[in-house]
Amino acid sequence: MRQRGRVVACAVLVALAAGPVAAADRVKVGFIATFSGPIGLIGQHMIDGFTLGVDHAGGKLGGLPTEVIREDDQLKPDVGLQAAKKLLERDRVDFVVGTIFSNVMMAMYKPVVEAKTFLISPNAGPSPIAGAQCSPWFFSSSWQNDGAHEAMGKHVQDNGYKRVYLMAPNYQAGKDALAGFKRYYKGEVIGEVYTAINQPDYSAELAQLRAAKPDAVYVFQPGGMGVNYVKQYAQAGLLAEVPLFSAFTVEETTLKALGDAAVGVYGTAFWTPDLDNPVSKRFVADFEKKYGYTPSLYAAQAYDAALLIDNAVRAVKGKIEDKEALRAALRKPTFQSVRGGTIKYNTNHFPVQNFYLYQVVKDPAGKLRLENRGVVFTNHADPYASECPMKW
Amino acid sequence: MDPVLLLVQGLNGLQLGVMLFLMAAGLTLIFGIMNIVNLAHGSLYMVGAYLAVAFQEWTGSYLLAILLALPATALVGITVEAVAIRRLYTRDHLDQVLATFGLILFFNELVRILGGKAARYMALPAALSGHVQLVPGARYPVYRLVVVAVGLLVALFLYGLITRTRLGMLIRAGASNRQMVAALGVNIRLLYTLVFGLGAALAGLAGLMTGPLVSIESGMGEPVLILTFVVIVIGGIGSIRGALVAAILVGLVDTMGRAFLPPALGTVLPPQAANQAGPALASMLIYVLMAGVLAVRPEGLFPARTG
Repeated sequence: MRQRGRVVACAVLVALAAGPVAAADRVKVGFIATFSGPIGLIGQHMIDGFTLGVDHAGGKLGGLPTEVIREDDQLKPDVGLQAAKKLLERDRVDFVVGTIFSNVMMAMYKPVVEAKTFLISPNAGPSPIAGAQCSPWFFSSSWQNDGAHEAMGKHVQDNGYKRVYLMAPNYQAGKDALAGFKRYYKGEVIGEVYTAINQPDYSAELAQLRAAKPDAVYVFQPGGMGVNYVKQYAQAGLLAEVPLFSAFTVEETTLKALGDAAVGVYGTAFWTPDLDNPVSKRFVADFEKKYGYTPSLYAAQAYDAALLIDNAVRAVKGKIEDKEALRAALRKPTFQSVRGGTIKYNTNHFPVQNFYLYQVVKDPAGKLRLENRGVVFTNHADPYASECPMKW
Repeated sequence: MDPVLLLVQGLNGLQLGVMLFLMAAGLTLIFGIMNIVNLAHGSLYMVGAYLAVAFQEWTGSYLLAILLALPATALVGITVEAVAIRRLYTRDHLDQVLATFGLILFFNELVRILGGKAARYMALPAALSGHVQLVPGARYPVYRLVVVAVGLLVALFLYGLITRTRLGMLIRAGASNRQMVAALGVNIRLLYTLVFGLGAALAGLAGLMTGPLVSIESGMGEPVLILTFVVIVIGGIGSIRGALVAAILVGLVDTMGRAFLPPALGTVLPPQAANQAGPALASMLIYVLMAGVLAVRPEGLFPARTG
């Protein structure tokens, strides 16, 4: 990375000596995600999805030679902030794409948007950014955090479960998740338990859960936490007794590790790999061919981020220095998204979109996959947009 | 309080306790006898889990994987002692902390390179993957019962080893006065290597037994390491008996705290505040316990070192 930095620096010096540089002869994207540690797998899905998006744009976003600079935030807000500053000040990127976790996003958000650089979030959608702190420089290619949880709340409500037990890790996104669920679930919440982040063993909490005798359980345990949770839920024999509903817990990044323990578990998401539209089908097929594994929703969101940039740069005919025109183009994307059709942005630059229910099934070949069980929300808008002062 | 729930949570606490004991037994011996602060002990736990999963994928058998992974982890431990730890005996504790912290980074990166970024999963044979009815209304996973049994058997084995054999006598002597043991002509180098190998095997056993319960991933050893240090501080450094008592104490306090403290707080506080304070207090309990023990008995419950 440092080597490349030097080469770029030399190139810049040579170019300066040669005379004025032609404007916008290329597009530079800084890509921040967690690439190390257990969450590194999600980062891998994302950069692979983004790279495939660049490939499908002919290797050139908006027809301009494209350079993607990758930075690892290590799931630490301070490291994420440093990475963003480096991308802004040293690499002078045109777009920042990032990141996975909401706490890291909150740390890097202000510096990027205050530098008047477009920030595309391929995952994190914390409520402040959707509400009062919304920015004309921020766009989401994923969702506002609450969406999938609200969808599951509605599904559990609609299916008549009366006594529900809730569990999430003890941090902001965990609390937001359960708040989102309760916004649409009106039955009785008989337990609301917050576990430690990265807790490996849930035996004590699961024994309490069994004793409470709930009708259903809703859980948000992202990444490796979800693997442990669901495995132990199954080992305790609970899966046969109490249906398990989840979001961001059982999906393609955790499915292999979960194995048969995950069969039957429900989840909600804006996209599933079997979603029936031509863009999604092509994305999944090409992704599996190129990388040898099935893309998760994280990969799909990052793929859309690449297509969103490509689409906007094309719309302004490569004049990315005209930021106003670029923003107008970002607000009205015309490309076909993996979610089917074009992305419709709300006033806070978060998509208005469908959320689906899915269930883990085992196909006859013995392979686990997520099967779409139909739409829960159609054209769902997040509840924070009204707090966002931005008008357009 | 519901007695059935209390029984189940007691078993959960016991299971965490014996797991911690396996870790603490090795660490306390290495600290007590070799006077080495070995932060890389958690890495050996991780290596044990990774080796078990690798051997399982290679042989297809759970039992074979366990039988191969155990000596393999001991071998890794002995190699680490010969290559790195041996150079640290004469250095002060800060150097040891730095060097063994380096080993943590090395092992975490190594398993990431060899084992991949994704968490690994260890399957259980069908006989162990079910659950049994202990008393009406209390179902408990068979595997966790097996873990408790194995842990207690190992404790018994260690007790025999330490109190009944010549090696055990040397270990006890080494824990109370190292210089004297060396002065009496015992090959202290060899003793150190054996103790480190034994500690590695115990940590590996803890890791490979935890393997089927949790996801096996880079960095899984560090949270366990912290708890293990709490255990050996409470138990008294160098004491196996102290390690056993403290491990089970920590296991029970942690589990019972997590299970019963938040609901208990909920009866006296509004739900919002109880949800905030409950998990925080529960995760603090064992450190409160450690502080309490240190205040009353600064040497731990069963201090082994006298000089």
